[in-house]
Parts: sequence; structure tokens; C-alpha cells
Amino acid sequence: MKKLINSPDTVLDDALAGVAAAHPTLKVDLEARIITRAGGPSVGKVALISGGGSGHEPLHGGFVGPGMLHAACPGEVFTSPVPDQMLAAAQAADGGAGVVFVVKNYTGDVLNFEMAAELAGEDGIEVATVLVDDDVAVKDSTWTAGRRGTGATVFVEKIAGALAEQGADLASVAEIGRRVNAASRSFAVALSPCTTPAAGKPGFELAEDEMEVGVGIHGEPGRSREKLEPAAAIVARSLDAIFADQPLAAGEETIVMVNGLGGTPLIELYVAYADVAKYFAERGVRIVRNLVGNYITSLEMAGASFTVCKADEQMLALWDAPVNTPALRWGA
Amino acid sequence: MDIHQTRTWVRSIAAAMDQHKDHLTQLDSAIGDADHGVNMQRGFTAVVAALDGYEPAGVGDVLVKTGTTLISKVGGAAGPLYGTFFRATGKQLTGPVADAEQLAAALDAGLAGVQKLGAAVPGDKTMVDALTPALEAFGAAARAGEDEATAAEKAAEAAETGAKDTIPLQARKGRASYLGSRSTGHQDPGATSTALIFRTLAEVLKP
Repeated sequence: MKKLINSPDTVLDDALAGVAAAHPTLKVDLEARIITRAGGPSVGKVALISGGGSGHEPLHGGFVGPGMLHAACPGEVFTSPVPDQMLAAAQAADGGAGVVFVVKNYTGDVLNFEMAAELAGEDGIEVATVLVDDDVAVKDSTWTAGRRGTGATVFVEKIAGALAEQGADLASVAEIGRRVNAASRSFAVALSPCTTPAAGKPGFELAEDEMEVGVGIHGEPGRSREKLEPAAAIVARSLDAIFADQPLAAGEETIVMVNGLGGTPLIELYVAYADVAKYFAERGVRIVRNLVGNYITSLEMAGASFTVCKADEQMLALWDAPVNTPALRWGA
Repeated sequence: MDIHQTRTWVRSIAAAMDQHKDHLTQLDSAIGDADHGVNMQRGFTAVVAALDGYEPAGVGDVLVKTGTTLISKVGGAAGPLYGTFFRATGKQLTGPVADAEQLAAALDAGLAGVQKLGAAVPGDKTMVDALTPALEAFGAAARAGEDEATAAEKAAEAAETGAKDTIPLQARKGRASYLGSRSTGHQDPGATSTALIFRTLAEVLKP
């Protein structure tokens, strides 16, 4: 294992110290392990709170700021945070209008956020939860843990965060978050595995000419292993899976993200985006907003995820609303 | 089982998690995200620290403290699930000692707590696949008038068998369920750590 760290045991604390030093707009509580806006709660406004295992940066801490999250709870690498963190975040961020927990659908995250919602409720804080489960690589079934939450988390946090910033009530903020999730689908392909600092070894091994298809964001194996393909074929395979799950007709408007998993250079993401744009153009489906870059990563995993949100007018207006966070900033 | 033995059990679990950390993580890397060993070790290390200087009034207090600490320190699915197991078990045991039948009833309450939270049933390839046969064996032995050491030995054997029996199963809960049929052929890490917990109980209670 070759990593730019001081010790595998202190990676999270050391990184949080770095976040604190780099971003004066954020307040990092190293003891409670939460990241909040330096300005404190917004009185009378709903606060959006998210959290999850670390190793997906800039998610979630990088999305704390006006127009997006009020607080983030980073867990150990790839391990969900604990209820104490979420409760501390809710107490620190609640402006009196309640909090929305944005939870990626993983058993650990769901259980810990559920416990935190109970504790916050006992504290008199109103909590609504938006569960993100957009990964079409997972066959959805009532008999499994269901689909994973991946790229759509960024869309949910941006769009619901914008509505919260405008002063909408708790039910409305949660409702738009759920609507964005329901309208979004993702699919990811890995070209190399990743290594958590604590494990020291990659989660799986791939030969030079192989790729892992349908991966999540935790270095776990995907649905299948295939021979490596050119970018255009990888894009087609991923978008085929997305379109098969949510058909899109000519003329429909979408927000599309081509997201790097951590170890793929931007030049390759743009190679992929060219193929994405072509795929959409051939079908007459419109990409009216896009993101190309590293927004929800899986440590140093090489590869990309593709997220498509079928957007309506309200979503697009909220997408365009000002946002000012370390990792997403426009109009502000 | 008295307070001292209960403390010893929990400390022995910590030692077992330390010893088997790499094995659990290796099992988890096959079908999960390679952190189960690390998380269990981190959690029980915190439990040992929390129990230092703690003066429990009953057997249950030790277990409730154990569960509360796991919930606060572990994260992931294992934190809430094991935390709830120890808390729900501990809440049933108010006295300074617990006999085999009391322990059997308390452990059943622990399992009920786990299933209420995680909604897993036997066959889902989870810790419940080790926990259920272990508690059936423990309860049967207790009802037959066996002492707690014998009951615990039978529970440990049943948990170990239950953990091995997860190998051919396809996961329907937790992160392994994302793999679909690729989750077969691997032993479930959660069922394996449950088997370790019952093996240490048998060792601690062995006369």
C-alpha cells in the first residue's frame, strides 16, 4: 500500500484537520466529527444533513455551504458514521424548521440514521429522511437491501439544498429530494480496485485487460467482470442499463454527470463525456445541464460512474440557484 | 454467569476480534467492503476502555454498556446490530448473576432486537444465520436442565455450523446482496463474528 498518509489509524482525523485549515467557511468539530457551516444554523430554514463513510470526497463535506448542505457527518473510511454524529449535526444545524437527512441506501447508513432520527425526535428536532437508491447495477427487490445510493446523491443535495435555502418547509424539501432520486439512475464501471488504509490490500484484483462492471463506491466487486473495452463501449453499456431502467424519449431534458471514481484523470472523463453526448444526441434526448469531474469517489479506484436525472422545470431552476461550497460553486 | 464472568466474556470477545481481525476482513473483502474485522476490533477496544472503572450493579449493566458503546463507536451495520443485540440482552438481566434459563431468555430478546432492526431472517446470509441456531441450542440445553457452560458450548458449536452453512447461500441483506449470485461460495463475515462471540462465551463459562 502506497498512500499519502501519516498513519492508517489517523487518516480521517488528519483529513478533517486539513478541511478545517483549508476552508474557513466551514466549521469542523474534530471531537464530534461533524462539518457544519461556519455561520451556524439558518434561523427559520430547513437544514439539509448528510453523511456516510469517508473515502468519497468531495462528498459530503465538500458540499457543505449556502445552497447545499448544512452539515456533514464523515464516518471511518467506507463505514457509516454513528448516531451520535448525526444527532450532533442535527443539533448544530437545526434552525427551528427541522432537518432533512439525505441517506444513501446502505444497510449501515440506514440503521445509524434511523437511530439518529429517533434521538433527534426525542430532542424536539423534526426530521425527514430522503433515501437515495439510484444504482441500476443492483437488481431491485423487496428481498434484498435494495439499490445503492450513488451519484444521484449529488443531485439530491444540490436541488433540495437550493429549495431549503429559499425557505421552503420540511415536507417540501424532503419531497423534492425524493422526486430527484426517483428521476435519477446511475451505473459505474471500475478499471482498477481501491485499497482502504485500514485493510492495506485492494478489495478485489483485476488483470491488466479486465474491468469490473456495475460497481458501487466501496471497492466491492461489481455485477460481472468483463474484458476491457474502449470508452465508447463502456459508455454505451452503462447508458443502456440506465435507459433500460428509465426510458427517455426524444426531447426530454436531463442533467447528466460523468463522475470519476478517484483514479481516473479528467482527460479520460471528457473522452467519456464526448461519447455520452453522442449517445444522447443519437436518441434526441437533451442534456441541459452537466457535471464532469470527481464528485463522489471511491478512494483511488479508476473508472467512472454515469448519472442521468430526468429533470423538470423546478429541478432545473433549483439546479441553477446559487451554491457556494468547496466542491460546487456557481452564481454566488 | 456473574458480573465478573460477564466482564471477562466481553474482554475475551475483544481479544478474539483482535486475533481474528484479518480473517474477518478477508471474508468481508470477498463479498462486502473489507472492514468488518477492523470495525469489530475498533468497537470492542472501545468497549474494554468504557468498562474500565465502570461499576455495574448487575450482569445486564455490563452488556447494556457494551451495546451502547458499540452503537456509538462502530458505525456501519455491525454497530447498530451488535449494539442492539447486547443492549436488548442486557436489559433482561437485572440481577448480579444469571442462570442458564435467564440467559437463554435474555439472548432471545437480543435476537428479537436484531431482527426488528435489520429485518433479516435465517437464510439471508447474515449474523442471524449463526445467532438463530446458537440460541436454539442454548435454549434447548437450558430447558433440559443443563448448566450454562454446557448450553454455551452447544450454542458455540451451533453458531460455528450456522456460519459455515452460510457459504452456499446467496445474500439477501446487507452489502453482499448487491453481488447477487456472486455472493455464493463465501462465508458470511457477520455470521463468523457471531460464532466467535459464542465460542468466547463457552470458553469463559467452561468450569
